[in-house]
Amino acid sequence: MSVAEQTPVVEKIVRRRRPPERNGRWAGYLHLLMARMLELKREPEVVFWVFVFPLLLATGLGIAFRNKPGDASSVAIAAGTGAQEAEGLLQRSPRRAAFKIDVRDGDAARKGFRLGKYDLVIEPDGAGGLRYRYDPARPESVLARAEVDDALQTAAGRKDVVATTVVTSSEPGSRYIDFLIPGLLGMNLMNSGMWGIGFALVDMRQRKLLKRFVSTPMRRGDFLLALLSSRLVLMIIEIGLLLTLGVIVFHMKVMGSVFAIVLLGSAGAMTFGGLGLLTASRAQKIESVSGLMNLVMMPMWIFSGVFFSYERFPAVIQPLIKALPLTALNDALRASILEGTPLVHQWPRLLVMAAWGGISFLLALKWFRWT
Amino acid sequence: MAVAIQCRDLRKTYDGKVEAVRGLNLEIQTGECFGLLGPNGAGKTTTIEILEGLLEPTSGEVSILGHSWRENAREMREWLGISLQETRLSEKLSVRETVELFASFYREPRSSDEVLEQLQLTEKADAWVGKLSGGQRQRLAVATALVCNPKILFLDEPTTGLDPQSRRQLWDIVREFQRAGGTVLLTTHYMDEAERLCDRLAIVDHGQIIAEGSPPDLIERLGGHHVVEFAVSGNSDGAVLEAWRALPSVESVREDDGMVALSVKEPHLTIPALLDAVGKQGSELQHLTTRQASLEDVFVRLTGRHLREE
Repeated sequence: MSVAEQTPVVEKIVRRRRPPERNGRWAGYLHLLMARMLELKREPEVVFWVFVFPLLLATGLGIAFRNKPGDASSVAIAAGTGAQEAEGLLQRSPRRAAFKIDVRDGDAARKGFRLGKYDLVIEPDGAGGLRYRYDPARPESVLARAEVDDALQTAAGRKDVVATTVVTSSEPGSRYIDFLIPGLLGMNLMNSGMWGIGFALVDMRQRKLLKRFVSTPMRRGDFLLALLSSRLVLMIIEIGLLLTLGVIVFHMKVMGSVFAIVLLGSAGAMTFGGLGLLTASRAQKIESVSGLMNLVMMPMWIFSGVFFSYERFPAVIQPLIKALPLTALNDALRASILEGTPLVHQWPRLLVMAAWGGISFLLALKWFRWT
Repeated sequence: MAVAIQCRDLRKTYDGKVEAVRGLNLEIQTGECFGLLGPNGAGKTTTIEILEGLLEPTSGEVSILGHSWRENAREMREWLGISLQETRLSEKLSVRETVELFASFYREPRSSDEVLEQLQLTEKADAWVGKLSGGQRQRLAVATALVCNPKILFLDEPTTGLDPQSRRQLWDIVREFQRAGGTVLLTTHYMDEAERLCDRLAIVDHGQIIAEGSPPDLIERLGGHHVVEFAVSGNSDGAVLEAWRALPSVESVREDDGMVALSVKEPHLTIPALLDAVGKQGSELQHLTTRQASLEDVFVRLTGRHLREE
């Protein structure tokens, strides 16, 4: 036997001599939590769906609904006497950037208008006047007529009787992306809470791993606690990533304190952890729990104001919408992030979440099937 | 010797209909390796899971080292190493992480490294569970049971689906545990496993014990000493079958898969007579083997079925 082959033997003896370790009260909990975190880290799908996907969604929607100046009106001037003058007037107007002007012969201009290429056709009537051809049913056509008329009249020397000024409002805090990011945060906490807990539990039940665990002296409460704790760790990362994206890419202003936001996030993570636990408390198969999950989450995707305000729904169902846990979480996150509302004023929302989370957790403990 | 596992008149009925266990009595001594042998669906797993405190019996008493599951469950779990039938451990954890996770549930576990070495998993300690072969997974399952330094080891079909070498490795582990003073209760539907590993065994069928004893004792009592199997040309109906019974030293006759099987005390007396009889009939011997009787023969004798039939 070579020297190299002997080395492990020496190691063996050293290891054997180590006295047996005694485990403390929390050894099981800590190992369960660590195992859960390692598993999550090693599961690329989890990293994608929990962390990357919400960022992609926020970026995509943020770009699609970014605040941009209104499109320029596309205007055709039918060639003929007076066409040059009309074009000249529009070019001199201070609002000329709002128009895209083509001079075409009459037929081509009308054809382009019919096909939607032009919002408005200006037809000189040959006697020094102009005729607007527009479609009152097309908002952009109506807008083009009003704007062109205004620009022409002003350029031609009309004096406004009342002095007016304008202020444009697209400040951070009132844009779509500001509305969207807290909503996405809430939705993500719901999705990852429900799936992270529910899916993991049913998977372990199906693998008979739960049964194997309860055949040891493991404390069952520790097991559930470790599962919920792993959600808290992920929650902090989720919130951090989405808010950082909002602040850096979309220049969002976070008004509330980080502490308040993390506390709301924890409340949300616990609420949906409890709901996930309840949903998965008896299901034996992944397929059946998937259906249940979607059934529970569907109303909240629609009604809880993730992508658009729930104020659009009829007043009759507003109290029901506000009783949903995701509505409470989204409202609380928006109030805290966008307006800096202190937590003490958010207690009704926290109460709604605590009720859902607490009742689900208690029912789950009562019905939970370990084997 | 103290009693390690005892149960009296154990019954388990699922949903008020399916009677999985129907009045089962067991008494297993400490230091013994005891086997529950029976076909699939005989009630072995239900029985062992009731003894492990994972299932509530419909009626009957269970006592593990003198304690009852109703009084002392948490403490009792410290003494038992359990390997369930087909537990799929987390695939994304390494072998060592898995063993250490299980060790963390016990007050005074063994060192994980020592257990991995005992089960020849040291080389695979850092490999993910998902990458292990069937035999390595099964050894890991046993490692999670042994890491708690148990007094009693429960193994539910520990070698089902394993290749012969992996099975032998597991048998060695069980023997080593037993040599160190441990008690083993295992279920199996492999008769060779039961025969080689168990000090005593109970044959279970339809939720009841139909025979109990040490393997040689059971074979001698119920299997006969030797089995002579043969086939002859021409049709063999029941009347002819009875004719073989008259041959010298034959204890019983049965027909099995187109062959005639004779339980025989002394083959050297039976076989010449058999050859004569075949010659007189004018038919031809197509097949002839003789072998030691096995637990399989005991089972077939008792139930009329084979262990592996389903």
